[in-house]
Amino acid sequence: MALPPPDPQFVLRGTSAAVHTLYFSCGGSEPDIPLLYSGSESGFIHVWNLRTHRVDTALDGHGRKSVYCVETMGGKDRLLSQGRDQRICLWDLAEGRTSVTDSVFTEHVGFCRCSLLKVAQGRWLMAMAARSLEEIQILELPSKTSVCTLKPEVGAKLGMPMCLKLWQLSCGSQPVLLAGYEDGSVVLWNVSMGKALSQLVCHQEPVMSLDFDSEKAKGISGSSEKVLSIWSLNEQQNLQVYKTHELVNAGISDITIRPDKKILATAGWDHRIRIFGWKKLKPLAVLDYHTATVHCVSFSDHSNPRERLLAAGSKDQRISVWSIYAQT
Amino acid sequence: PAALGERERALFGAFLRSLARAPGAARPEGVWQRCFLEGPASLVLCVLLESLGSAGSVRIPGAVGVLEQFLQEGRVSALLWEVCQQQAQAGCPELQDVLINKIVCLPDHVSNKLQGKNPPVFFPQNYFPLLGDAVLQVLEKISDSLRGGLDCSISFVSHVLGKVCIHGRQKEILGVLVPRLTDLTKSDCIWQRICWRLVECVPDRWMEAVVLGFVQRAPGADVLSRLLGNLVVKNKKAQFVVTQKMLLLQYGHTTEVLQNLLGYLSLDSLRRTLLLRVLQELLETWSSSSAVKHSPAEQQLYISKAILICLSHLKEPEIETHRQELLTSMMEGVKCRLDSSLLQQRRLGMVVAESISLKINTEGPVLKFEYEEDDETRELKSLLVQTPSFCNVPSLPDDDDDDLIPYDMSEDKELKIKAPVYIRDCIEVLTGSRTEDVDKWEATVKALESLVRKNPAATREVSVELAKILLHLEEKSSIEGFVELRQRTQVAVLTTDPIPVAKYLTSQFYSLNYSLRQRMDILDVLVLAAQELSCPKFCGKTKHSGAQKPCIQLLQGSDSSKGWRRVVDERIKNKTRRLDKGHCDMELASRPNEFNSVAGYFFFPLIQHFDRPLTTFDLLGEDHLVLGRLAHTLAILMYLAVNTVVRKVLLYRYVRQGLLSCISSLLLSVPTERILADMTEELLETQSWLGGKTWWGTSVLFWLVVKLLCSTSLIVMAAVMSWHCALEICMISK
Repeated sequence: MALPPPDPQFVLRGTSAAVHTLYFSCGGSEPDIPLLYSGSESGFIHVWNLRTHRVDTALDGHGRKSVYCVETMGGKDRLLSQGRDQRICLWDLAEGRTSVTDSVFTEHVGFCRCSLLKVAQGRWLMAMAARSLEEIQILELPSKTSVCTLKPEVGAKLGMPMCLKLWQLSCGSQPVLLAGYEDGSVVLWNVSMGKALSQLVCHQEPVMSLDFDSEKAKGISGSSEKVLSIWSLNEQQNLQVYKTHELVNAGISDITIRPDKKILATAGWDHRIRIFGWKKLKPLAVLDYHTATVHCVSFSDHSNPRERLLAAGSKDQRISVWSIYAQT
Repeated sequence: PAALGERERALFGAFLRSLARAPGAARPEGVWQRCFLEGPASLVLCVLLESLGSAGSVRIPGAVGVLEQFLQEGRVSALLWEVCQQQAQAGCPELQDVLINKIVCLPDHVSNKLQGKNPPVFFPQNYFPLLGDAVLQVLEKISDSLRGGLDCSISFVSHVLGKVCIHGRQKEILGVLVPRLTDLTKSDCIWQRICWRLVECVPDRWMEAVVLGFVQRAPGADVLSRLLGNLVVKNKKAQFVVTQKMLLLQYGHTTEVLQNLLGYLSLDSLRRTLLLRVLQELLETWSSSSAVKHSPAEQQLYISKAILICLSHLKEPEIETHRQELLTSMMEGVKCRLDSSLLQQRRLGMVVAESISLKINTEGPVLKFEYEEDDETRELKSLLVQTPSFCNVPSLPDDDDDDLIPYDMSEDKELKIKAPVYIRDCIEVLTGSRTEDVDKWEATVKALESLVRKNPAATREVSVELAKILLHLEEKSSIEGFVELRQRTQVAVLTTDPIPVAKYLTSQFYSLNYSLRQRMDILDVLVLAAQELSCPKFCGKTKHSGAQKPCIQLLQGSDSSKGWRRVVDERIKNKTRRLDKGHCDMELASRPNEFNSVAGYFFFPLIQHFDRPLTTFDLLGEDHLVLGRLAHTLAILMYLAVNTVVRKVLLYRYVRQGLLSCISSLLLSVPTERILADMTEELLETQSWLGGKTWWGTSVLFWLVVKLLCSTSLIVMAAVMSWHCALEICMISK
């Protein structure tokens, strides 16, 4: 008889709004406090102290409009956040400051989270959905210079970009973007040439989330349907369907592969978090704690693998934090 | 010996003949035989065969032994080679024909002469493989000479091969030839050309046997393609055999043979056009209803297999160009097969149709039938997928997730489906074609009525659309009380927005393409809604909620189509009961009647066409069941429109129309004397009832008249007539 699934390690309450995004910053050495950033529907970014399980700071920079993407930029003092006010803000949190140092007006009305990639010390590339419906814009940060705009071919009818993942095979190699679109397809873009390399129709509904493992050249995407689609990238830069996995309930809002590429977690519209083995997509656990749609899942970046955590934010205004498969 | 001229040949022949006849003493052992074994092989063979049976009776001793030696020492290949060389210099065709006959019929000939006492080497099963070896040796010599730059004719060998095959010895000779040629042609173009030429030079009359032999014996389509080359494109006879005879006229070949054959066609661009043509012809046969009826089941199975194999070879662009044809043939074929009374036929139709649909609908929905799988269907389906796929999925490292032990996931069940909360969402669900959402559909059907009642404003925006959807709504899954549920919802929509919905429903009542059930639904809904409207807030009044409602009993039931008599009986009961409640009429009059303002919309459109046979249905003819209900409905509507302004109009109009159509027909059809004689009493009685102003008294008259008309087949017809009549009398009495 298999063990019953574990309970959350702890639960963070107090955002008083649905939680849309989570980001850990736990990589620092001993004196540093492990932190969890959460973005909520009320427009606040909460910085949670994972020792005390309390909010250290609440940041208000998106005009009380929902925050749906938070990420640090090289250390916990520099933060990037994206909100429904159509702005991406860059924060300076050093020495207790809570100021927005810069911001980008995206003019994008959807929910597509931006994707950040560190290309050199102090230099990032950011992919974001642009104002024009089908376009994706790549900016260099912090200079905010536009690198390129990725436009689908005329008549491609991809719809809006829904999710983005910017990556590069190794440091210094060409950055590549995977974008999931409204029509259910995933497109691989060569960022430096601004050219679509391959397109794969993974779903019949909009792609809600995707993640990619560049080591195995294999990615996974979820949509409002009942299936997870796993696809791979061959040497000719072609996306191919590898397999699909049928879910019990429809709707996936977020997918994250753990940094060590051993497991992955999905956030389900059915209020459940699902854990799979990444190699063969073996179902491992179904965590049923939330009472409303789970919006986001995130793995921590603890340097000690045993401390690794999984956090999930839900429409029920709670953030559940789990310690699962931390030993392996 | 090749250099022998005509004259030398004749002389040498004479010499050999005399040699053969020489008495034993004149045969130096060894030398005598050598003469035969080293002389020109063709001459020797002729002489030896002659000597077996020449002079009528006396067989030359030793001839059999020499012939045996002749065969065993490989002189046959020498013979073939000899002729091949002569042929290059234009040999004599008659002589060749004689030789071919002699070579091929040698076992029969010898066996005849020796009366069955022939040595084993002359048995066909031994002789023909030997001949095969000889052919191979000659082909090798030809190959050598071609490589040496010398021209060489192969046609004699082809003729021999053809003749052997037509003699039914394909198994023996090709059993030797095919494996060897398969090897030789693997990577050698000259051998390939020799092989192609060998088959091409077979005369038309023997072509079929040769091609069939090759197709049956080649270990695979690629080998066959190597051995035959583009024979089917070059040779009409071969083309006919391959593309017509073997596929459409014969049906005894094994699946492997079919795969060889069609695979062979698919492997070259020139031949692919033939493959497509073959597929078209196969589909034509498959979809022809006469073929389905008259050809044996084995042949149909054979053709189905061939179709599936063809499909497995089709490429995307080819499918693209032929999609429409494929679809048409599929539809026709599946139609006549589904009509068949044989299970096997139907299943065959389903499997093939599914496969075609799978192949041509790369994106869209795919046909899916329900049938029991058996070995045959599995075999058929496997034919469609067996072509090796060239798009290899990259082999990812196959390591395990085994170190990760799963937790218990038994609690991971489906969430209970939530019904939509907006009316527009309901419309989307009910009109959606997504079959997997049965649960959602069910929840929607159940929730819709309350949604409609709760959101009158939202309902009014889409009322007609909703009415239309509900009218056409069919039961998708088994929901308890689905019909009532649908009806209640329809009523809710109609009461929420009476005018447009009533207009829609009444217009649909007489329009095309509705089933009787739907027409009756329309009537039921109109009645129930009218009732609801006429008793405002009837739910609140306990008095009406229970007792009043059942007085308008609707005919529930799917089984009403047959038991019309029961229906009629029930109606009698209902109506009679209503008579007792006549005074309710008065009570109701004291309440505001919402039906008042809309009664016209319910009533008039319904009587528009009742007496004219329409293309849709004939109320006065065979659709009397609906007529009965229509009359019933009109009656109830009239009843519910009590004290409304329109009521008077209703009556006048109604009577005017009724009078013209009914009284006249009544008078025409029933002899006057009978009416007077039989009905006087009842008419008088009725009149006295009507004096009490109970409108429903008319129904009694209605039934009295019915009783009088004897013919039961006219019962409904009569019902309406008499009812009109009664109304007329009612008016008069008023």
